[in-house]
Amino acid sequence: MAVFKDVEKKSACYHCGDGIAIEGGLYQLDDHSFCCLGCQTVYQVLTARDMHSYYRYNSHPGKSQKNAPTDMSYLDESDIVQKLVDYQDEDRTIITLYIPAIHCSSCIWLLEHLYKLNAAVLASQVDFMKKQASITFKPDNLSLRGLVDLLTQIGYEPKITLQDVVKEGNRAHTHPLVAKIAVAGFCFGNSMMLSFPEYFGMDAFEKNYASFFGYMNLGFAIPTLLYSASDYFYSAWQSIRQRQLNLDVPLALGIFVIFLRTAVEVIGQTGPGFADTLCSLVFFILIGKWVQQRTYHYISFERDYRSYFPVAVTVVDEHMDRPVQLASLQVGDRIRVRNNEIIPADAILLQGRAAVDFSFVTGESKVIPKSLGEIVYAGGRQTGEAIELEVVKPVSQSYLTKLWNNESFKHYEKKFDTFIGFISKYFTMGLLAIAIMATLFWLMENNASRAWEACTAVLIIACPCALALSSPFTLSAALSILDSNKMYVKNTAVVEQMAAIDCVVFDKTGTISSPKSSTMLFEGILSLHDRKLLYSVCRHSSHPLSREIVHWLAEDRPLELTSFDEQVGRGIHATVGGQEVKVGSGEFVSIGPRQMEGTAVYVAIDNHVCGFFTLEQSWREGLSNVVHALEDKYTLHLLSGDNERRADALRAIFPKSSKLIFNQQPADKLRHIEDWQEQGLQVCMLGDGLNDAGALKKADLGIAVSDDINNFSPSCDAILDGISFGKLPLLFAFAKDAVKVIHMSFAISLAYNMIGLSFAVQGTMSPLFAAVLMPISTVTIISFTSLATRWFARRNGLT
Amino acid sequence: MNIIFFLIGCSILIALIFLGAFFWATRSGQHDDTYTPSVRILFENEIVEEKEGRDERGNAE
Repeated sequence: MAVFKDVEKKSACYHCGDGIAIEGGLYQLDDHSFCCLGCQTVYQVLTARDMHSYYRYNSHPGKSQKNAPTDMSYLDESDIVQKLVDYQDEDRTIITLYIPAIHCSSCIWLLEHLYKLNAAVLASQVDFMKKQASITFKPDNLSLRGLVDLLTQIGYEPKITLQDVVKEGNRAHTHPLVAKIAVAGFCFGNSMMLSFPEYFGMDAFEKNYASFFGYMNLGFAIPTLLYSASDYFYSAWQSIRQRQLNLDVPLALGIFVIFLRTAVEVIGQTGPGFADTLCSLVFFILIGKWVQQRTYHYISFERDYRSYFPVAVTVVDEHMDRPVQLASLQVGDRIRVRNNEIIPADAILLQGRAAVDFSFVTGESKVIPKSLGEIVYAGGRQTGEAIELEVVKPVSQSYLTKLWNNESFKHYEKKFDTFIGFISKYFTMGLLAIAIMATLFWLMENNASRAWEACTAVLIIACPCALALSSPFTLSAALSILDSNKMYVKNTAVVEQMAAIDCVVFDKTGTISSPKSSTMLFEGILSLHDRKLLYSVCRHSSHPLSREIVHWLAEDRPLELTSFDEQVGRGIHATVGGQEVKVGSGEFVSIGPRQMEGTAVYVAIDNHVCGFFTLEQSWREGLSNVVHALEDKYTLHLLSGDNERRADALRAIFPKSSKLIFNQQPADKLRHIEDWQEQGLQVCMLGDGLNDAGALKKADLGIAVSDDINNFSPSCDAILDGISFGKLPLLFAFAKDAVKVIHMSFAISLAYNMIGLSFAVQGTMSPLFAAVLMPISTVTIISFTSLATRWFARRNGLT
Repeated sequence: MNIIFFLIGCSILIALIFLGAFFWATRSGQHDDTYTPSVRILFENEIVEEKEGRDERGNAE
């Protein structure tokens, strides 16, 4: 073990755990090696302040520091700062920052001990699940930019974007539901205690206490009715006004009737009333509601382009450069975009060599060169040197934002009738019919008091408490099963929607192809000797593509080079034993720029072009299994924004009946989804980039496939981690089973209602009977749904 | 037996105090983050005298 640890120490960076490429390690300090200067600096900063504990809680807790830091000068602008901070006065400023690098306990430790690094930090608190840190600091001694620089310096660069996800998230979950549950629970416990004497029977001399207990119970019923249950009355009223009958109607009716009868009995001194049943009913259904609302507040499903754009951009003035907020960027402004920065608005290239990566818009990661005077659309990421552009359209009018705000992308109210929604209509009608019949029956018998008792008892006992709980508890159990399989759904209704799907549409790039792994493809002819030549030349270059080529060739015993000349950004020119080898761009290999998609590396030996390499993304693991498992039960289609280059490979994987459609614009994708929906299909779309955003929204179920769930993903109903792509058929099958569980629990709750009703129509229901039946049916439903859901999960191989 | 009125009064008063305590805990954000404190408690106290009492979140509204 000790030996193993020693080996690991030598080959991996002490800070971030990345492999160290150069033998011996260029960066070494205190017996630890580092992969880059950045990692070493972080280590130095931390050890200088006696914060070595950071490395004690986890080995390699850091994140690689190889990426160049971004420009933060806009944080000096006070109006931008105003927008970002939570609270500000002379003595202190509080800001909540989203820090994607938070991933282990060492991160929490370090960020909560920031005051050791800079005394101006008064306090810091990390929320691990949300990857947020709320930091209080003295603005006199430390500016916001200083704070962000400090965080960047220790490897925790906060992500500051236009759409302040942080603040929206904080607002979202301060709902009063928990308070309502607390009040209902309080009343439930107390009223039950006060009801016990009545249930156990009281002697004649104790009867004078009965009215006291009755009034106390009534007192507890009032806050439950007026405060805790208020949502149900509101919802029932809304439902009736829209001429629909949702499940809240019989619930609200039941609650009201229980209260009415309790009040009548207590005030008229005719009986103990049903106050404890009322409180327990409200308590249980509110818990069901809470379980249903439980979502992942730390994953944002509603992100749009704003969370991707920077807060400000550098405007080049005659006098000096200054950062300007995106909102106040005007047409005609001259902006400077550095390496790895996003171009925020449609602009004309004025200066510099632009190589723009539009992967955010198209989902395809390839760098497109732009020439001077050409229009560069917003959303691209500049790679390489800094460029200067002139804005031709304001941010809100750019091609990208228009794409997002396109009318056809907006407001797709997903109309999906859940099982409970469907059943509640008939349930309410049936319930009212039984209540009326029981009343009429006893009225015809000339027994008015019996009629009143029977009518109220029917409405009380048939109050669909268990029914209202069956769906939330099943779906929330299903949610946690999906969660542990790395599929994160927006809300519980999505699970039911997932079960109804009969058509699955895939996007190509980034969805069924993995953005992380790629393979080299060579088109042309290479003799054995050529391979050896190429290997000998490319192994001397540190360019990533050369390394890929070396890896692909997998030769050994290289030849001696006579000369070697590498021109950055163009290619390699070398001679090996009298033979001239050129590897590089089409221009460099002197065949002129050829129209090739993506990056192509040409190879010429003795001025004869042998062919070219292209880098292709490889399919996700298990793609053919997924397609194979789904093809029997689902209609499968493919919508790709890419060209038909790899259509043959896909044809082999997909069944004959499926349509493979290429060269699709975002709006085309949306239209295709619409067409399929008009054919009566319930469409599920799997996509990743912004180009799928419209289709994801339009589809009955939009699933965003992402390799990092905290990264950008377009608004959708569910996010699937790329690792779990292979489990897709299992997840679909499980969703179907979850709906089966809902049906079964519906049957159980109906059986309970039948038993209750048989007593209720006779007008002989005692309060004790109601008080016992209500919790028993609830407990049965809760335990049945959770157990059955987990059993189905295991049967589907999802645990 | 009239003592029962007093006892019920006491029990409800105590229950109300707990209800109030629950509201206070929810308001001050103690239920917002249920994971991080479980990690935080495992850190060793190195320098104790520095400062105590972190600023509660949510008070700044």
